[in-house]
Amino acid sequence: MKARVTVTLKTGVLDPQGKAIEGALHSLGVAGVASVRQGKVFDIEVEGDDAEAAKAALAAASEKLLANTVVENYRVEIL
Amino acid sequence: MKAAIVLFPGSNREGDAFRALRQAGADASIVWHDDHALPAGTDLVVLPGGFSYGDYLRCGAIAGRAKIMDAVRAHAARGGYVLGICNGFQILCESGLLPGVLMRNRDLRFVCKRQFLRVERNDTAFSRAYAKHQAIDVAIAHGEGNYEAHDETIRELEDQGRVAFRYCNADGVVGGDANPNGSTNDIAGIYSEKLNVLGMMPHPENLIDPLVGGIDGRGLFQSLVAA
Repeated sequence: MKARVTVTLKTGVLDPQGKAIEGALHSLGVAGVASVRQGKVFDIEVEGDDAEAAKAALAAASEKLLANTVVENYRVEIL
Repeated sequence: MKAAIVLFPGSNREGDAFRALRQAGADASIVWHDDHALPAGTDLVVLPGGFSYGDYLRCGAIAGRAKIMDAVRAHAARGGYVLGICNGFQILCESGLLPGVLMRNRDLRFVCKRQFLRVERNDTAFSRAYAKHQAIDVAIAHGEGNYEAHDETIRELEDQGRVAFRYCNADGVVGGDANPNGSTNDIAGIYSEKLNVLGMMPHPENLIDPLVGGIDGRGLFQSLVAA
């Protein structure tokens, strides 16, 4: 079973990397970019086929390691 | 004072910490992170600077969850001293021993230079050799040193007097251009609630020899050895 965990910065947390990318997109002339926030994506292959159990395990993985919940949010999806 | 310096894959300032501790008169040794226990009788644990695990995931994230950190947490809970410098500070934040997080520097640059710090209090085991509000000349070398935390955490740190050092200029004036990374309230280092754990971004261990231009870093290690 394939799963994806997406980690993004919480609203209000300064994201200088996102800002730099935003600036670069503007200087490339890409139209319509209002703002950019950078995050991380983890594609994870989960054993077995119990989607609920996988979601719970990956939420625990996010809390324990994948995200720093002081400044980051996470989202778990079973693909 | 028996000191254990924990070496992670990617640490690179363990030798500097070792030299600074030895010079101050501590019985220092370097311990591999995969050990489950600290050497018997350890008074002080040092998490040195560097790039543990290549800064993968987040700076200090993997090291903060290493087995040895359980022993470090137990040591801190017993009131033992813990000093995290640079990457060591990041590890302390990731391991939950200190609150908050060290984000990318405000201007995205790795900063490597001499830096003055104002000693916020001189009544802790780490700071007795300094004068209160003394401006000490040390070094910084980091890309992620921008200290951030929830507003209520910052308030708590300030109210409880847990800010150890702030970035300042040579005259001891805090903030403005003297803040190299955008750190909240110009914070360069913080203490735990019981003042036995100190995390700081700057490197006092690099300014202990007149040969490299200054000895202001000595006071921290002398304080610890006298503690």
